[in-house]
Amino acid sequence: MYDLIWVIPLAPLVSFVILFATQGNLGKTQVAYLGVGSVGLSALIVVAIAYSWLNSGSSEPYTYAVTSWINVAGFNPGISFYLDGLALTMMLVITGVGFLIHLYASLFMEEDGDYSRFFAYMNLFVSAMLILVLADNMLLLYVGWEGVGLCSYLLVGFWYEDPANGAAARKAFIVTRIGDTAMALGLFLLFMHLGTLHIQPMMQAAKQTWATGDTIPTIAALLLLGGAVGKSAQLPLQTWLPDAMAGPTPVSALIHAATMVTAGVYLIARTHELYLLAPLAQSTVAVVGLATLLIAAFTALTQTDIKRILAYSTISQIGYMFLALGVGAWASGIFHLMTHAFFKALLFLAAGAVIYSLHHEHDIFKMGGLRTKLPVAFWSFLIGSAALTALPLTSGFFSKDEILLAAFDVNPWLWAGGLLGAFLTSIYSFRLGFVVFFGQINTEPSAPAGARMAVPLIILCGLSIIGGWFHVPVDAVFPTIVDSHHDQTIAIITPLVPILGVLLAYLLFLRKSLDLSTLLESLVGVQLRKFFFSHWGMDWAYDKIFVVPYTRIARMNQADVVDMAYEGIANITSIFHYLTSFTQTGQLRWYAFTMVGGLIFILAIIVGII
Amino acid sequence: MLLIAIISVLIIGGFAAWLAESRNRDWPKWVSLFTILLSSLLVIPLFSLEPITMQLGATTSQWLLVYEVPWIPRFGISFLFALDGLSLLMVALTIFLGLVALASSWNEIDHQPGFFQFNLMWTLAGVTGVFVSLDLFLFFFFWEIMLIPMYFLIAIWGYERKAYASMKFFLFTQISGLFMLLSILALAFAAKAITGNFTFNYFDLVGLNLDPDIAWWLMLGFFIAFVVKLPGFPFHTWLPDAHTQAPTAASVLLAGILLKTGAYGLIRFTVPLFPQAAMEIAQVAMLLGAIGVVYGAVLAFAQDDFKRLVAYSSVSHMGFVLIGIFAWRELTLQGSVMQMVAHGLSTAALFMIAGALQHRLHTRDVSEMGGLWKDMPRMGAIAMFFIIASLGMPGLGNFVGEFLVLLGAFQVNVPITIFASLGLIVAAIYSLIAMQRVFLGTPIANRNLRDFDSREVSTMVLMMLGLVYLGIHPQPVFDMVEPSLNSLYELTGPATEWVGALR
Repeated sequence: MYDLIWVIPLAPLVSFVILFATQGNLGKTQVAYLGVGSVGLSALIVVAIAYSWLNSGSSEPYTYAVTSWINVAGFNPGISFYLDGLALTMMLVITGVGFLIHLYASLFMEEDGDYSRFFAYMNLFVSAMLILVLADNMLLLYVGWEGVGLCSYLLVGFWYEDPANGAAARKAFIVTRIGDTAMALGLFLLFMHLGTLHIQPMMQAAKQTWATGDTIPTIAALLLLGGAVGKSAQLPLQTWLPDAMAGPTPVSALIHAATMVTAGVYLIARTHELYLLAPLAQSTVAVVGLATLLIAAFTALTQTDIKRILAYSTISQIGYMFLALGVGAWASGIFHLMTHAFFKALLFLAAGAVIYSLHHEHDIFKMGGLRTKLPVAFWSFLIGSAALTALPLTSGFFSKDEILLAAFDVNPWLWAGGLLGAFLTSIYSFRLGFVVFFGQINTEPSAPAGARMAVPLIILCGLSIIGGWFHVPVDAVFPTIVDSHHDQTIAIITPLVPILGVLLAYLLFLRKSLDLSTLLESLVGVQLRKFFFSHWGMDWAYDKIFVVPYTRIARMNQADVVDMAYEGIANITSIFHYLTSFTQTGQLRWYAFTMVGGLIFILAIIVGII
Repeated sequence: MLLIAIISVLIIGGFAAWLAESRNRDWPKWVSLFTILLSSLLVIPLFSLEPITMQLGATTSQWLLVYEVPWIPRFGISFLFALDGLSLLMVALTIFLGLVALASSWNEIDHQPGFFQFNLMWTLAGVTGVFVSLDLFLFFFFWEIMLIPMYFLIAIWGYERKAYASMKFFLFTQISGLFMLLSILALAFAAKAITGNFTFNYFDLVGLNLDPDIAWWLMLGFFIAFVVKLPGFPFHTWLPDAHTQAPTAASVLLAGILLKTGAYGLIRFTVPLFPQAAMEIAQVAMLLGAIGVVYGAVLAFAQDDFKRLVAYSSVSHMGFVLIGIFAWRELTLQGSVMQMVAHGLSTAALFMIAGALQHRLHTRDVSEMGGLWKDMPRMGAIAMFFIIASLGMPGLGNFVGEFLVLLGAFQVNVPITIFASLGLIVAAIYSLIAMQRVFLGTPIANRNLRDFDSREVSTMVLMMLGLVYLGIHPQPVFDMVEPSLNSLYELTGPATEWVGALR
């Protein structure tokens, strides 16, 4: 069974090539069968592999070399895949959730003139993402890594006629490329010292070469973290993700919630042995995660665009995954990655269903009362929000609880910060739910969407509820945590806080019995809301510090200052030409005069008078 | 003798095309097509040659063909043609891009089509000669041959500032070529002083025990000529003007192969002839390369003229080649060669797109474009492909080149490599902005443009397949040039010593 592994990334790639080559000449039905079917085929093979993997009871990694690739001076990355519990989990998420989103999109995008181009990009994305998680060497991983970034660019800017979408797409690509470049430097450094980019041998060599806390592994781990924060939208490179919501909603669900943005988490988990050698870098991961999750949660509280709220929520939840990695709860981080993929894809697709029925309305305060009109979307939102909030027995509860308790074991402050984040999460999630689905109807919805959109929602609802009982098969991949010293009180407080948050949201946004308007309308309140709404002024600052100066300097030098030197030489030559041409008067006596004058001058030199 | 046959076919084909014009104005391009197809038939058997071992300095090297006939025996000048894997790769690229250039100009040239084809064929002949001449006198002869027809291509069939641009191109190349000529002559004299005979023979000159001071100056002459051609910062300013004003076919040849003669010269002559002296300038050369990478990319971002933008992107990409050559590691040299081939394809394609846009819109100003994808989805999708290739997307050839260069250069000089890596970011900025300004956004006018036809699409698809092939299966190219590069390390001593000396 395992030797079919090469089909998994190839099926969507072949579909991409067909769709690209036919350039929109296929019928919509054919496109849908090809686009959705290819991902479905991959998903089937993944499920079959997972079935035999879990049944075999062995957790021995499996390597499959497809073909050689580069072999120069001992640098020999091949196109080969490495299957272990981590890769398997990622593949299940990518193809499983990916298939559901493709199915949903086949209806959601039906009215679009560029149906074929959409599925071409989506298929290419799935293929690149699968290569990313299957790669057995860093260079192949980097191929997938850049490939998903490219697809993100293409899909955010899918509706290219609006320049704002193009700007959002470029921002997504360029900001993540800053991180990617840091990551590339990290790879150069690792290769220089370890002589290989094959992940497993590299990790072994790292353990043998370096002691814990050495400088080189710390720098390398921090550089890789640079790549991870770019792709996973963490501090300080998270500003691209909210803008990326310009893409079609299935794209937001697949790329900007369930899969691509978790690539950074995967990268750190995959190279966790390096981070174990670099405690400073690992602590940085935790701090980055905590800071990001708080900043994003505060921002989410103030947003009014349904997709932007979810985008900030995604940033915040990935912050939890980083926190988990940073405190060494590797498996919990991956667990949260999986449950988050379920419930956040669900929330985005449900938001898409709302937007679909409200004719592209995004402002939550123009919605309202949709509970009875759009029941599937409502229940999806309810279940998704409950899981996001980590209400007990939902999938998000199990994963987030594990992370917070593990954080407490490392540092109670990390736990406290995470808990504050969880409190904020419950408020913004239920604010969203209450405002959109309760109260009076502000915009009349058209009929709810058909089965191809409803079925994925219902399946994801199920996964969001029961996902917490899945056991992520990564025990053999990561070291287990031995040191656990939190007491019972902490274990009880942790799940209670989100419930308090939901209650508060209920009082504020549904019962409206609590009135904070005096507080919110005060000078400090207004300024603070503005500050949060602007995502803590980060876009503004980056614009002033980087974008504007770069553009200005480049434009100033449009004519290339270096060329002025050559122009100068040319001008001096012409001046001499102009001056000497003065002597050419055409008068015989002038020529005779200068000849005699010159003769006398030369004679004078020879005789020695001058 | 295959090499002479290829060059002769191109030279005679050029004359034939010129003469054919008087019969029928459509004939010259068909004559050219026949000429190029014939010469590519002659290139094919070169791939199956058995290697010959030649003495080169203190070491031996693998060649596929060596052919020598005396020319001016008194001065030790001969027709010495030789071919190794590196030369063969470059010759194959030359002939392929010649075909592309011909396809791109198929319906574009109304004025003196015969003389145009003559110049096109002669440029190809000159470049081919440069890649296979191992007698320095002969090499210089071909170096000049490729310059003059290119000058005519720009000066006669160029755009509004063609006189300025062609003169600038001519002066830069000619003056820098003069330095090389002086170096070549001085080297022959130095050889006479050491061995008692004049010689211009590469195999005799390599490993010559030169006085270090003299060697440094001679090296500089070669270095300047090749870096101007490459073009390296700060000698790059002829390129944007020449590219912008040149007709499409000339831009394709200029970017695709003429720039590569500079890189080829550095690999083939500058370092092997003067290993110690080249080592002394290596740090400076790498720095110039890194500055070129970033500076070219920043300037590309600022341009409104689409061809100028692509020209500056060439400056940026060739910076990687310069870094790779002077880092002088197997990884970086292989990366540089890969970058040369991949850049040849991707930039030629971008210039074809620029030419096609100019042909349809009668402007190169991107601020008058926008939203062209709507009218020309095929051209848009193809342009997207090449833009993405040129910004270094993994899976395509350019990435393999740039990554190997940086990976290897990092082991030689960390700060310079970090600086050059910034090029990856700025490349994304100018590339995506260009895509936006030309093809995306709202169409500014309803122009009803003609999309790429099947001739254009098939040319483009060939180059796309080439880049994908180089990206996912580059090993045949590595294997082809490996013997050539290997002998070069032995000439300059083990790489580690090099690096030690560099630090």
